[in-house]
Amino acid sequence: MVAVVGVGYSGFDANTPDLSWKEIMYEAALRAYTDAGINPRRDVDSFVTCAEDIYEGFAIFDEFVPDQLGAVVKPTCTVCADFLYGIATAYMQIRSGLADIVAVEAHSKASDIQTFGNVVKFAMDPIWLRNVGNAHPYYLAALEMFQYMGERCLSEEDVARVVVKNKNNALLNASAPYAANVTLDDVMASPKLFDPMKKMEIAPLADGCVVFVLASEEVAKELTDTPVWVKGVGWWSETYGYDTASFSAMYAYKAAKMAYKMAGITNPVKEVDFAEVDDRFAFKEMQHIEALQLAGKFEVARLMAEGYFDRDGALPVNVSGGNLGVGNLLEATGGQKALEVVLQLRGEAGKRQLSDVKVGVAQAWRYLPANSGAVAVFGV
Amino acid sequence: MAVGKKDIECPPYAEGTPLSDEDIKSGKVTYVEDHPDIRYSWTAGQAISRFLNGLKEGKILGVKCNKCGRIMVPPRMFCELCFKPIDDWVELKDTGTVQTFSISYIDPDARPLPEPIIVAVIAIDGASPNMGIMHILDEVKPEDVYIGMKVKAVWKSEEEREGAITDIKYWKPLEG
Ligand SMILES: [Zn+2]
Repeated sequence: MVAVVGVGYSGFDANTPDLSWKEIMYEAALRAYTDAGINPRRDVDSFVTCAEDIYEGFAIFDEFVPDQLGAVVKPTCTVCADFLYGIATAYMQIRSGLADIVAVEAHSKASDIQTFGNVVKFAMDPIWLRNVGNAHPYYLAALEMFQYMGERCLSEEDVARVVVKNKNNALLNASAPYAANVTLDDVMASPKLFDPMKKMEIAPLADGCVVFVLASEEVAKELTDTPVWVKGVGWWSETYGYDTASFSAMYAYKAAKMAYKMAGITNPVKEVDFAEVDDRFAFKEMQHIEALQLAGKFEVARLMAEGYFDRDGALPVNVSGGNLGVGNLLEATGGQKALEVVLQLRGEAGKRQLSDVKVGVAQAWRYLPANSGAVAVFGV
Repeated sequence: MAVGKKDIECPPYAEGTPLSDEDIKSGKVTYVEDHPDIRYSWTAGQAISRFLNGLKEGKILGVKCNKCGRIMVPPRMFCELCFKPIDDWVELKDTGTVQTFSISYIDPDARPLPEPIIVAVIAIDGASPNMGIMHILDEVKPEDVYIGMKVKAVWKSEEEREGAITDIKYWKPLEG
């Protein structure tokens, strides 16, 4: 077994003009090590960071990470993916006996990127996708959304309800810069920037950093009386081609299956108490709820309207406010989700604390235009 | 130890089947060209902002960690070895010692430079060992540079300085 023994974060903010990305990393790392009661220079065996060079504006970004993490002259590697892939990497390092204590980091300094649309375009095949037309590439999400709405018979209101839920949930999260007491009418009145997708259905960018300290069962029991166990991890990729993918979040379905199997979960609806899923576009939350088998294919919209996924519902989803409330944290997206799951399981979620939760799921997508993602199941 | 200009051919020549610009323009090779417009504006943050503001005033600022006793430049808000916040800011001299250098003859596109550029790591006087600034040397012939050479910063005028590492134009030999 592998446990989360420390968590720390900085942010999350719409902008961070006062701190460099190095300084937000240091802040989050210091909090995580303090939370775990360890000294990184002495105690951490391995450091895993999750970063994408193009988001950072640096080539070979892994060269830049040791100082801020206390990782100088220590084993360090960077996974070019979301934070949850870092959790999976740390899990494997601990289970294989390579390390007893591993630190995992991911951050977003999205405010440093001046041309985010072109950064997203840079992930498109340069030969036959990248330079077709000159629309902002968020249309890629709208293409998928429209197909998904058709296949699941969804109305625009069905998708808009995700925004209402998450932005209102975020009002109880002091680290959610995009919290708002919006109504369904407000969201429906939001301009359609990528018909049928509305402006408010798109998570704006945010800055922040998340650091976790993971430990083997033996070490975890020495360090803390309240470990949160990593019960399962999974990751999966479909195909890169935007014109050949299934548009059904197969990546989330398969990654969840892998993680559930490891966690011994056979009936997710009954065995998962709450979930934090990727909602960087509102429809993605519905797609991911379905992919994580937390509701049947054609039930998500009805259950959403009935309040089933609300904070006081039967299966709360994105009680933190999700990306729509907290922001698009790039590779730290899964970090914010895992953080919320751990805080809830520890009973440290403040006013948004859920009662009687034992198992939570965090899920992140690799963002546009990817058909990949990872899932982690945590439990106490 | 002086290193003089070498009689070298640039770029390095290798046997093969050469492709000319003309071959590419005329479509002999199938290719797709793209020039992404990707821009960043990195927040300098607490430590580097103060460092850059110092350069604007013609000063090189460093920081001190009282635990390991190191004086570090460029400055940072935390000591990466002790993993604790730094304790003090110190003004360093704008003189130093050439720790290593290279006389570079070609540009990033592998085209010969009109004049070689002497790139050097300069250990700043007053900072701890292995704490230095990578910069360029000038007002010195390539064959006269040596490791251990004492150098001094040559600054832009006060009006020209903008809070950038290029506020120091280059470093020149302290003597002669
Ligand atoms: Zn120190």
